[in-house]
Amino acid sequence: MVTIYERQPHERKPGLSRRELLKRGGAGALLIISGGAVISPEHAWGLETAALKPETMATLIQVARDIYPHDQVPDKYYAIAVKGHDETAAKDPAHKELIEKGIADLDKKAGSGGYRGLGWEEQRVALLKEVEKTPFFQAVRGGLVVSLYNQKEVWPIFGYEGESYSKGGYIARGFNDIEWL
Amino acid sequence: MAAQFDLKNDGVVVIIGSGAGGGTLGNELAQKGIDVVILEAGARHEYEDFVNDEWDSFAQLAWKDKRTTSGDWRVAKDFPNLPAWIVKSVGGSTTHWAGASLRFQEHEFKALSSYGKVKGANLLDWPVTLAEMESYYAKAEAKMGVTGTNDWPRLPGNNNFKVLKAGADKLGYKECHTGNMAINSVERDDRNSCQQTGFCFQGCKWGAKWSTLYTEIPKGEATGHLEVRPNSMAIKINHDASGKVTGVVYADKDGKLQEQKARIVAVAGNSIESPRLLLNSESSKFPHGLANSSGQVGKNYMRHTTGSVYAIFDKPVHMYRGTTMAGIIRDEARHDPSRGFVGGYEMETLSLGLPFMAAFLNPGGWGRSFTTALDHYDHMAGLWIVGEDMPREENRITLHADEKDEHGMPIADVHFDDHANDTAMRDHAYSRGQALYAAVGATRTFPTPPYPSTHNLGTNRMSEKPADGVVNKHGQTHDIKNLFVSDGSQFTTGGAENPTLTIVSLAIRQADYIAAQMSAKSI
Ligand SMILES: Cc1cc2nc3c(=O)[nH]c(=O)nc-3n(C[C@H](O)[C@H](O)[C@H](O)COP(=O)(O)OP(=O)(O)OC[C@H]3O[C@@H](n4cnc5c(N)ncnc54)[C@H](O)[C@@H]3O)c2cc1C
Ligand code: SF4
Repeated sequence: MVTIYERQPHERKPGLSRRELLKRGGAGALLIISGGAVISPEHAWGLETAALKPETMATLIQVARDIYPHDQVPDKYYAIAVKGHDETAAKDPAHKELIEKGIADLDKKAGSGGYRGLGWEEQRVALLKEVEKTPFFQAVRGGLVVSLYNQKEVWPIFGYEGESYSKGGYIARGFNDIEWL
Repeated sequence: MAAQFDLKNDGVVVIIGSGAGGGTLGNELAQKGIDVVILEAGARHEYEDFVNDEWDSFAQLAWKDKRTTSGDWRVAKDFPNLPAWIVKSVGGSTTHWAGASLRFQEHEFKALSSYGKVKGANLLDWPVTLAEMESYYAKAEAKMGVTGTNDWPRLPGNNNFKVLKAGADKLGYKECHTGNMAINSVERDDRNSCQQTGFCFQGCKWGAKWSTLYTEIPKGEATGHLEVRPNSMAIKINHDASGKVTGVVYADKDGKLQEQKARIVAVAGNSIESPRLLLNSESSKFPHGLANSSGQVGKNYMRHTTGSVYAIFDKPVHMYRGTTMAGIIRDEARHDPSRGFVGGYEMETLSLGLPFMAAFLNPGGWGRSFTTALDHYDHMAGLWIVGEDMPREENRITLHADEKDEHGMPIADVHFDDHANDTAMRDHAYSRGQALYAAVGATRTFPTPPYPSTHNLGTNRMSEKPADGVVNKHGQTHDIKNLFVSDGSQFTTGGAENPTLTIVSLAIRQADYIAAQMSAKSI
């Protein structure tokens, strides 16, 4: 089972031995790999993996962001969006291999620092373009369309208000409130 | 009280499908005192059960059984196993539909005469005219509560409509309003008026939008002459030595095969399932499937020339608030070959929620070009293009050579190639839609490809001559007197208009014909 857990405030300081420190291009947040988990000390969440290597998961989170980059969407939602691959991998060795090999291939193409070591989004996207036709990429991108955008928690970030029946629809809540025309 | 009929009762009319065609026909016959069994493949969900959530609602109501696709249409690439967005539930696609209810134009009933022969198209005139249909259109509008008819006011315009209207004015379009919608603009028929919830595609939880689920079906049941049997998937129609149909074999809720005997069978499973069922009912007497002496069963599949245009503005729109499709421009619906194609198209407001927008804006798209569009979701406006497409023999439903469903019935393959006329029309509509939004200050526009087909038509078409089609002007098959087709698969050609009002009108008309034939004992 993959669990995404919110960490308590007193745990926020990463008193963990950092096996690896990951720098992400752009916002500069840190993802830390510790034991079987990917941890975001800044944002107080962590993700334990069951089948995939935590390093693989961390890279997968970066790949997800590079496929559907929304700078205003925190990593946590990308982590939730890809955790299904870990769950599937735990049940299906072929899927595990697909993801592990796909990520290893990206790391290899990226050179000594690996995929996450590439500082610019453009550099990483160039690698993704190379593998765009592969079943690995198709599986990751295809799943994300639903697993990222169907999270109710991200909807407000995009200004989508979701369910409206319980609030009586929009008849008294701005269905025709446009003013700039 | 809803009736319950014995499987051996061979006096009943058996209708397959409870959507726009089947649900209406069932009620109309029941009102005349004729006993009807509707076999419906899907479950029964009442409108309180609907959910304001795109994927959850799709999972609840849509037809998800596997289909395959072929041909050069983009849907085959983007959604190879989901050629159509159709419902499998009591009420059929009238649960998900948006409610746009337009009459065909006179020339559209005479496509061959109006357009002349078009190379690579199998055009034909309908065996009915607008004049013959008018009184039935009026009955359908009255039944469905269509706004802008019978003194019912049109719906108020939402934000998405206001943007459309501003653009229409800038381009000089004359006929732009909030449409003729089968949605209550005032309380009537014991149903609410529209509360501008914005989830019309997910089933109207207020019951404001007409659906056979909570209008025709309960009214029919109240007569004691109608039984709707949910979770009952028709697999084969049986016939006797004389060639008359005698009953329908279906898989019940437990997957067990049953046969319901019948005096008359009416097929209304929508344009993929209806021909699939007729083809699967082959026998030694009818080796190419039932009612298929013309060879036209499954052919001439039409899906309307569609596409969408979305636009981003520097200020907010919130297009998803309010009625999804209450907004239309009709000026391009005329036949005017100087535009480079025959037939015409409508432009209608359309909005998708964020989850569906991500799936449908540019299927397969990724990277910043894609995501910066979604970043401005609340600044988007959108319209849908719906135009007449060309019937072609090659565009067809066939039984898959080796894949079968859980009941052992071959699954359907949907083949579609765009005709040059379809492409020319779509390109014209894209450029008009993009110009419209640019005129109101759009900073970016998106010519969005067609979604899985919501309008599925033509696969058992009406024809004057038995050699040209499957059914006559009453939807009665040319080959078998007591076998009818009652859904959109009867359409000879598609017109530019959303099809459901015409489907309902044909069903009302067909009920009159069936009742007359039954009392005359000719069937
Ligand atoms: C999202 C969406 C929006 C739409 N908006 C509009 C609109 O605004 N205006 C408009 O005119 N049209 C609209 N449509 C199209 C409209 O819904 C259809 O044209 C109409 O419902 C078709 O009627 P029908 O009777 O042919 O089939 P349906 O209404 O699809 O009914 C067919 C029924 O038959 C059942 N069935 C199929 N095969 C079998 C079988 N073998 N055994 C038993 N049951 C079976 C199905 O489960 C289904 O319930 C929309 C459709 C969708 C999906
Ligand atoms: S907008 Fe109106 S018709 Fe559409 S779902 Fe809401 S109440 Fe029903």
